[in-house]
Amino acid sequence: MQSVWTLLSWGPEGWLDDIAYGVFITVSLAAATLPLGLVIGFLVALAKQSNEPSLRLAGNIYTTIFRGLPELLTLFIIFYGAQIGIQQLMRLYDPTAAVEVNAFVSGMIALGVVFSSYASEVFLSAFRAIPKGQYEGGYSVGLSGWQTMRLVVLPQLIRIALPGLANLWLILLKDTALVSAIGLTDILRQAGVAARVTKHAFLFFGVAALIYLLLAIISSFGINAIERAVGRQQVQR
Amino acid sequence: MSAAAADVATKVEKPPAIPHGWPRQRILGYALVCMWIAFLAGIAAYLIVAWNGELFAKYAPSYVTGLGVTLLLVAISIVLGAILSVPIAYARMSKNRFLSGLAYAYVYFFRGTPLLAQTFLVYYGVGSFRPQLDMIGLWGFFREAFNCAIFAFSLNTAAYQAEILRGAIESVPRGQWEGAASLGLHKLQTMWKIILPQALIVALRPYGNEIILMIKGSAIVAIITVYDLMGITKLTYSRTFDFQSYVWAAIIYLIIVETLRHAVEWIERRITIHLQR
Repeated sequence: MQSVWTLLSWGPEGWLDDIAYGVFITVSLAAATLPLGLVIGFLVALAKQSNEPSLRLAGNIYTTIFRGLPELLTLFIIFYGAQIGIQQLMRLYDPTAAVEVNAFVSGMIALGVVFSSYASEVFLSAFRAIPKGQYEGGYSVGLSGWQTMRLVVLPQLIRIALPGLANLWLILLKDTALVSAIGLTDILRQAGVAARVTKHAFLFFGVAALIYLLLAIISSFGINAIERAVGRQQVQR
Repeated sequence: MSAAAADVATKVEKPPAIPHGWPRQRILGYALVCMWIAFLAGIAAYLIVAWNGELFAKYAPSYVTGLGVTLLLVAISIVLGAILSVPIAYARMSKNRFLSGLAYAYVYFFRGTPLLAQTFLVYYGVGSFRPQLDMIGLWGFFREAFNCAIFAFSLNTAAYQAEILRGAIESVPRGQWEGAASLGLHKLQTMWKIILPQALIVALRPYGNEIILMIKGSAIVAIITVYDLMGITKLTYSRTFDFQSYVWAAIIYLIIVETLRHAVEWIERRITIHLQR
């Protein structure tokens, strides 16, 4: 029976290096998903706050679908669906083609659409918190629509939306655990491999949970720093 | 004087006219809606083309059982979590530093780690304590994946529900407590007759969201071999390689979640009638 510290050491004997690789995958997946989700979420929010009913409808359908589906199901549908879809397309040219879809990219897209559907709601309520006078003021000093958005609305919008977005980031960090189900070697999958090999399941899954907790704590420090920085800007104004 | 003012007024630039006809936004909006219609029609067409009576007859009953397992799992976890959340919320609000710290640590752990990790921790990790569990006769309980899922989910949702309960109770103004005390009601009566009715109005929407989150989250039990709706879907797909199994599951989940969401909104409209002016 190996001691706990040997199992958790760095190197061929221990599993710390494997788990560290899992942490790297988890963090890079979350970091890669964030900009994708923010951009799509912002665009969907723009559609949902527009005066044009058809744009609002299109945005609402998007949110309804991706907020209503379980994240795991979305992930499977994108992972297997993309595989089948691309394979069918390739078969048109080359009947023997076999396609393997990248699990990382599938995970990024699936988590991105889920994140964006929640983020669009956060952005939408932030849009509603900005008075109409701000747009009118922007127009009256001769700014174009895009300039008003960039110089007047966005700086206020980000400040209002920040707490909601920070919450979504923490949820995203936890949701990345689902990609272990499509074979990506994230924290949970590495912990699972270690648990199966060493038979110390409680130890390794406990370590995995604590790592997620640590990531959440680090994130909240980062979020606090950002909020302070943004708040200071407001005071200077 | 007034003529000069009118002269100035005519030189002022007019606000832009409200767009008529086909402005860019409307074109984009119609294009997007058409894309959605095409997409949904495509799925409907796919389901009709891929319709396979034999397959449906074979797997539809198991989908119904799977749906039952999902709903049962969520119902039991939500109820157990609600019961467990009361002492946690109480401890969290207590003035005893140790007690509130303990409750805070509990809530922080279960809200800060993925539900999947917690489920794995229970399902795989419980084997490490087999001798102890055998001794108190609980090993039979934890051998079933379904029971492990209920255990993990109840602990998880208890943490979330405790926070909902605490937030709702703290949203009731202090004056309500003081008013009740001045009328001679004791603490429990105050809680039951004055604070809770007001708090539950605030808590209704978060509770609805929590149930929806649980239904969506319960899909992960498919990974630990529980045959809920998602588990049946995975099983069907692995046997038939027919993609429509996932599409059907998606439709069922969407219907449940949307029904619940609208039900919560309806209840909220009903119980806040006295607050509308």
